[in-house]
Amino acid sequence: MSPRRGFRHPGSFGSSLPERGLLLLVLIVLLQGSLLPFGAASSPDVGHRDEADVHAEAEEKHNFTKKPFPVLSFEYKHIQVPFEISLWVLLASLMKLGFHLIPRLPGIVPESCLLILVGLLVGGLIKLAGQKVPPVLDSNLFFFCLLPPIILDAGYFLPIRPFMENLGTILMFAVVGTLWNAFFIGGLLYAVCQIQPNNPSDLHSLELLPCLLFGSIISAVDPVAVLAVFEEIHINELLHILVFGESLLNDAVTVVLYHLFEEYSGVGSVTVIDGVLGVISFFVVALGGVLVGAIYGILAAFTSRFTSHTRVIEPLFVFVYSYMAYLSAEMFHLSGIMALIACGAVMRPYVEANISHKSHTTIKYFLKMWSSVSETLIFIFLGVATVDGQHNWNWTFVTVTVVLCLVARVIGVVGLTYVINKFRIVKLTTKDQFIVAYGGLRGAIAFSLGFLLDKRHFPLRNMFLTAIIIVIFFTVFVQGMTIKPLVDLLAVKKKQEAKRSINEEIHTQFLDHLLTGIEDICGHYGHHHWKDKLNRFNKKYVKKCLIAGERSKEPQLIAFYHKLEMKHAIELVESGGGAKLSSAIPSTVSMQNIQPKKPAPAKPEDRVLPKLSKSREEEIRKILRSNLQKTRQRLRSYNRHTLLADPYEDNFGEFLLKKQKMMALDKKIQDMNNYLTVPAAPPDSPTLCRARLASGRETDFNPTRQQKADTVGPDPQAYSMKPALDSVPTIQVDLASPQSPDSVNILDEFQRSEQAAAAEEGEDDGGLMMKAPTRPHERCNAGEMDAGTREKLSRCLSDPGPHAEDEDEDEPFLP
Amino acid sequence: MGIWQSLSGPPEYRQLAEKTGFTYEQIGVLHNRFKHLSHNEDTLRREHFYAIHDLAWNPIRAQIIEAFFDRRNLIPPEEGSLEEIHLEEFVVVMSHFKPPSLSMTDEERDSVRREKLRFLFNMHDSDNDGTITLAEYRHVVEELLSRSVHISKEMAVSIADAAMLEVAGITMGHMEPDEFYEGITFEHFLKLLNSFEIEAKMNVRFLNMNPSTVCY
Repeated sequence: MSPRRGFRHPGSFGSSLPERGLLLLVLIVLLQGSLLPFGAASSPDVGHRDEADVHAEAEEKHNFTKKPFPVLSFEYKHIQVPFEISLWVLLASLMKLGFHLIPRLPGIVPESCLLILVGLLVGGLIKLAGQKVPPVLDSNLFFFCLLPPIILDAGYFLPIRPFMENLGTILMFAVVGTLWNAFFIGGLLYAVCQIQPNNPSDLHSLELLPCLLFGSIISAVDPVAVLAVFEEIHINELLHILVFGESLLNDAVTVVLYHLFEEYSGVGSVTVIDGVLGVISFFVVALGGVLVGAIYGILAAFTSRFTSHTRVIEPLFVFVYSYMAYLSAEMFHLSGIMALIACGAVMRPYVEANISHKSHTTIKYFLKMWSSVSETLIFIFLGVATVDGQHNWNWTFVTVTVVLCLVARVIGVVGLTYVINKFRIVKLTTKDQFIVAYGGLRGAIAFSLGFLLDKRHFPLRNMFLTAIIIVIFFTVFVQGMTIKPLVDLLAVKKKQEAKRSINEEIHTQFLDHLLTGIEDICGHYGHHHWKDKLNRFNKKYVKKCLIAGERSKEPQLIAFYHKLEMKHAIELVESGGGAKLSSAIPSTVSMQNIQPKKPAPAKPEDRVLPKLSKSREEEIRKILRSNLQKTRQRLRSYNRHTLLADPYEDNFGEFLLKKQKMMALDKKIQDMNNYLTVPAAPPDSPTLCRARLASGRETDFNPTRQQKADTVGPDPQAYSMKPALDSVPTIQVDLASPQSPDSVNILDEFQRSEQAAAAEEGEDDGGLMMKAPTRPHERCNAGEMDAGTREKLSRCLSDPGPHAEDEDEDEPFLP
Repeated sequence: MGIWQSLSGPPEYRQLAEKTGFTYEQIGVLHNRFKHLSHNEDTLRREHFYAIHDLAWNPIRAQIIEAFFDRRNLIPPEEGSLEEIHLEEFVVVMSHFKPPSLSMTDEERDSVRREKLRFLFNMHDSDNDGTITLAEYRHVVEELLSRSVHISKEMAVSIADAAMLEVAGITMGHMEPDEFYEGITFEHFLKLLNSFEIEAKMNVRFLNMNPSTVCY
């Protein structure tokens, strides 16, 4: 261990000069400050101190001893607690930062290992400096501050589909597997303690119940450790959800076993009735946790229905309701983890439909940030706590524990898989079993539970803690570091990096219905049948109550399509407007390539491309630009509480508009170049038409807005084509086909689909005057659109519902 | 449910078992269901399927039922469609939903995959010309959305168009503007759903089904 520490230390410090300075500063301050236990957040202390200060001041006033006013004063105690908390967080963040600056290192050693080493180092330094090491991994701190963000993050972004499809297997591993592990380890440990004849230590005094308690603490797979390691190895979805799901759902078993054994280890014996009560208690704890979570989740979803006017606090509801769910569950000693998972999973689909896109991004980033910092802190604290703890090293106990943990895990997984495979359609292979067994990492939850034990009832608590730490270190270091090479070696299927495409979505839905249909034909009420029933119930009743407005009626496929479109638009924004148009749009294949060619009306070969003199063009552009600036100035009003007041704040609407225009333009140009007649199919979807309309309206019906967007575009052709085509009233293009793409004005399109074609028919038939003079009128029409449209519009701008981007966008946040 | 009687069951079972890979027991179960649906007649007609109550909710009901009468889904595949099906056709179509076995070589897995995708492809390719044209794809999407009343047809069309555009993008790469993408061929279909683990998804449990469940 020490050589690695030596290797890492200079590496991280030497990576860059400012960083080194900062880290040194952090360490120095950490060492110098008389470290107060910030875990037991001592706010009363602070209050007390303040009171004392006030008293002192009052006395001074009484005495009328006038001192010169202190220009600069120093009082560290005053800010000590929050300051040190900030320092820890800073240290954690800088460490995380540092690891990713070192090349190659993250590929070899998992971050969790490095963080534990940092923790050991910091703890050691504090100890060397002769200070009291703060009890950082205090159980309250851990369970109330550090754990919830990680679990909420996991629950909110839980991949529901694979989770539900494998729920049986996951529950089997989580419940039966954990029970087996606890009793196997506890029982055999007790046996080993008894049979050692010449063991001089106090192992003999160990009774069965403490052994079982220890077994139940040590047997639970830890979600934090599993997440930390599995996110780095990018294993396929099935294995990931199996191990991760197990680590989440075994919480109920652990809670019940822990309380059961802790309760009775004082008494010394457990009767059959206690066992039965324990089983009942398990169901209460597990189902109660889920119920509490679901209730809060539904409340959150319901609340989010009404937040359309105060978008700023939307994310807060998600966090607060989830935290309340966790606390409420803990209040009844239910499984808080399951409550959080249920809360996150239940609220997500509804909340996402209700909140704005920005709020969703905020939620995502906040969750990722919190969970990432929490995770980092947990591992660092684990290291610190190791240095700090009073250890009671017992070779027999520690070795036997580690060996038993491994053996129990392997036997449990292999045995359970044998049973499960009889029921699974997709069987678990030997490789899968190996990864599931090997991925059973233990972590900080076990440590905190061990830490909670009462020393009076458990005289060997320190020995337990030592053994727990060793098991954690063994799993995190040995298994965590070797699992990646092993996955490569065994050629276990990796996660598919491909983005979810619209075709896959169509086929997923198609397959769902197909399988439901086949099950119905077979007369077999299976998995698909019930899923279908549930979906219909959800669509019919639940969505109506929990989702505001139009969205409640939106089928999944359409929702997905909207998201995809929004994603394209966002990609376009990120790629710098229309500059890299061809890369943002799936390929160079354009709409006309797939449109069936209907026999076209004879097209005049001598169609004249309208031309403009350069000076005229310049003049037009100038007019457009000045108009645009005026409108934009009018729009720039700042309001702290309404993020969505003007979409120009983030240029999003603008870019969306630009993209549309670019696409339409691209198409037009191609059409013109190739003299192809494409029937006037809608050039793009209603969504984007609505979006465009919305942006159009924001400009106070300024007809020049759209042309502006074009001229801004980098496509050189835009300069010559667009003004010529659309903005000059004097040019009349003689078009043989009334449906020529040149005439396809998007607003017309919109109207065509929304209102019947009354007004537009006249225009089309009349051989196409260019649109500029009529535009303002049209705009007004459009502007008068009913409130329903308006709602759609604003949603369109604000809400893509981000599901689609999760998979690929997750990468940047995660280690 | 007649497990033993089906083990020694009629000789046609053996033939079916060889053809489809079902066990006698599974065939017995399917046979019972067949008799139940056909009211103890020898053949099933479309109206028998349309009478299944639970199926009424299915947006792609017509396509599912048509798949049973499609000769292309038989072993070996033929052209055209049937008016009524016997037990053999019924079981053969069902065999497309058989889960893959654990001990399968990669080649076998690949052929299972092809066979399942072929079934899907045939469902989309209604005129049996070897390509899914845009019109056919639009029809599929429309059917999928047909249960949600207030969805305009344009929405379905634009989704199908976007999907088709994506297919063309994936399979053809670059296309000249005057080229025309005819439709999705089976090869393209395979390529398109490459990451879609069909062999793990397109499965129904046949063993533990209860044929006596009344679905009316």
